[in-house]
Amino acid sequence: MKTFKLGGVHPAANKLSAKAPIEVAAVPAVVAIPMAQNLGAPSKAIVAKGDKVKVGTPIGEPGGFVSSFVHSSVSGTVDKVDVVEDPTGKKVPAVFIKVEGDEWLENIDRSKDIKREITLTKEEIIAKVKEMGIVGMGGATFPTQVKLMPPPTAKPQCVIINGVECEPYLTSDHALMLAHPEEICIGVQILEKAMGVNKAYIGIEANKPDAIQLLTETAKKGFPEIEIVPLKLKYPQGGEKQLINAVIGAEVPSGGLPIATGALVQNVGTAFAVYEAVQKNKPLIERIVTVTGKSVAKPSNFLARIGVPIQQLIEAAGGVPEDTGKIISGGPMMGKAMPDTNSYMVKGCSGILVMKNEEARRKEASPCIRCAKCVHACPMGLQPNFLAKFAEKDMLDKCEEERIYDCIECGSCSFSCPANRPLLDWIRQGKPKVMGILRARAAEAKAKAEAAKAAAAAK
Amino acid sequence: MNKLNVSLSPHVHSGNSTQKCMLQVIIALCPALLWSFYQFGLGAIIVTLTSVCACVLFEFLIQKFVLKVTPSITDLSAVLTGLLLAFNVPSNLPVWIIIIGALVAIGIGKMSFGGLGQNIFNPALVGRVFLLVAYPVQMTTWPVEAGYFDVATGATPLSLITQLVNGASGVSLESLGEAFLGTTAGSMGEDSALLLLLGGCYMLYKKTITWEIPVATLASAFVFACLFYGFEDIPGVSNWNIIMQQFLGGGLFLGAIFMATDYVTSPMNPRSQLIYGGCIGFLTMVIRRYGAYPEGMSFAILIMNAFVPLLNSYVKPKRFGVVKK
Repeated sequence: MKTFKLGGVHPAANKLSAKAPIEVAAVPAVVAIPMAQNLGAPSKAIVAKGDKVKVGTPIGEPGGFVSSFVHSSVSGTVDKVDVVEDPTGKKVPAVFIKVEGDEWLENIDRSKDIKREITLTKEEIIAKVKEMGIVGMGGATFPTQVKLMPPPTAKPQCVIINGVECEPYLTSDHALMLAHPEEICIGVQILEKAMGVNKAYIGIEANKPDAIQLLTETAKKGFPEIEIVPLKLKYPQGGEKQLINAVIGAEVPSGGLPIATGALVQNVGTAFAVYEAVQKNKPLIERIVTVTGKSVAKPSNFLARIGVPIQQLIEAAGGVPEDTGKIISGGPMMGKAMPDTNSYMVKGCSGILVMKNEEARRKEASPCIRCAKCVHACPMGLQPNFLAKFAEKDMLDKCEEERIYDCIECGSCSFSCPANRPLLDWIRQGKPKVMGILRARAAEAKAKAEAAKAAAAAK
Repeated sequence: MNKLNVSLSPHVHSGNSTQKCMLQVIIALCPALLWSFYQFGLGAIIVTLTSVCACVLFEFLIQKFVLKVTPSITDLSAVLTGLLLAFNVPSNLPVWIIIIGALVAIGIGKMSFGGLGQNIFNPALVGRVFLLVAYPVQMTTWPVEAGYFDVATGATPLSLITQLVNGASGVSLESLGEAFLGTTAGSMGEDSALLLLLGGCYMLYKKTITWEIPVATLASAFVFACLFYGFEDIPGVSNWNIIMQQFLGGGLFLGAIFMATDYVTSPMNPRSQLIYGGCIGFLTMVIRRYGAYPEGMSFAILIMNAFVPLLNSYVKPKRFGVVKK
């Protein structure tokens, strides 16, 4: 079975909610829809207090090229535009809407029928994806339409769909694949059409045999160019670079875009959202989210509207247990710890993980014994022990020499360190500093080249 | 609800610890240790107990009263150093010499550099080589039977080979099987290549170590044993026998599997580990063939220990997404 070549670790899967069906989460009395739900520039609110909205009404527009539309996930009246904390504790503007009924925009196709035929052209698909506010659903939330418009030098060859879900605990992608295999496959074909390619792979880790089987059968019945690729269990297989390496064997060049390998990677959730956007005219107003944890009474997969209070979702899974020490947005390897449960559901939130007090604390770090487990674990071929040391001592030239900018922050090093050293914490301190130096250097070189050009022209 | 803990990812840990790693090495040493108890009897037990207790005690005392830090003897690293020191000495070594060896191993080899993780040289080997130089007679008197007091002693196969190669006559070597199973004269723990190999397999299975260092060391030692001993005309014994005695005998397996793989003093990425192991095998055979000592494993490892910082600086792992032009 295929997998990526360098490094990797095996955290306990703990897929507690793997058997839980998708439940529709209740629509609350008030939702707060953050205006910064995508990677890149935040969206700008285009509604004001008192405005009436329906499900699907645009309430935010892109604030830049790498940005997204945001739509109302409920029908009702805009109460205020105020600042809220997103699940990572960052303060962002959000539109508060008082819910009145559940009235959808008329042009949204709410029927259960599956629409096979793709009538839109390449350009129309990209425009539709943008209009419907689709972003990468794996957690990175990169605006999808931007990814569908690669630089002219790129030669797209295939679409790779990420159904790996290598993060422990999370089951939202798994649940989605079981519930909507055909829609996902149509979504994949739409992505193929948008990229002008005729080959797609869906990578799924071997711990989801039911999803592998179901999608293989679905693909056989009418999607001959879609190949389901079972992958050997290993974290971080869901990382874009690792997935490309696992599925087609190519390596994304350091500092380059993934499309340089000819592969466009999208999450299964994104493929499904693209299907709904293009075929059903439905904006991204809800997503599947796993609410789980060893102490959670009822680990669940919810279909939740964007803007629903996180607290309400945890209540629906049995409430916050007494001895809770940490609540994470996302999985335990790369998710972000929430300061409280007062935030609201966003497009990129694939899971809410409740951890007991005893799980929530790190063990005290002891001296590095140079066992090299971090070196063997690193999927990027870095030496995290040295990087952490250099970053700690602010030796930025050494950090650069050791390629700190290649770090994907997957956490495999800290995870595997027997001395419990916070390796990734230190690397995160050094990485932006080195990136800043690299950017400044590139800008300087560019300015110099332009000055030389101008001087040559003046002569 | 408690106040929530906010820290950076990852939020889970493998559960591995320094103590667990050390324990795995200790478990891997057990087959060879038990064999040495059986073969050398009381002597092996006295040497092991003295060495382990002395190492742990010295670590505790130095940390508590000299460095004034919380003693960390529960990480088992001192126990491991004690075991490895015992493995590297004859089983009739006087107790007071072992204690001196332990003091040198822990005090000079480890603590003077700053304790666990900081030392450049393998502490057990520092202790062993100190004893070899300071007490050459006691350190090269090898018991050939079980017991501690007044045991019969004999020469190791390797010293016999040195005599043979230098033209001595009337020397006969034991069979190869004995070297593999471990019934020849020698240091306490280096006797049975088979049981050391078993321990090595356990550590590979448990992922305590990776294959690069032991395989590179053994492979290179074998190649150079063939080169150095394969073309010589030695009367009364076949070249193949000598090569295999060189390969299976002495400290090669103990060194390759347990000493060269010492975390702290070995390089950190697969490429540099291959170079490191290859050089150890080469140096061992050079010392054995052309040096004054019949055995060269300890020196070879210590020499390569000194090159580890250089290897770490110049030999980088295979990077993801970097293609050589």
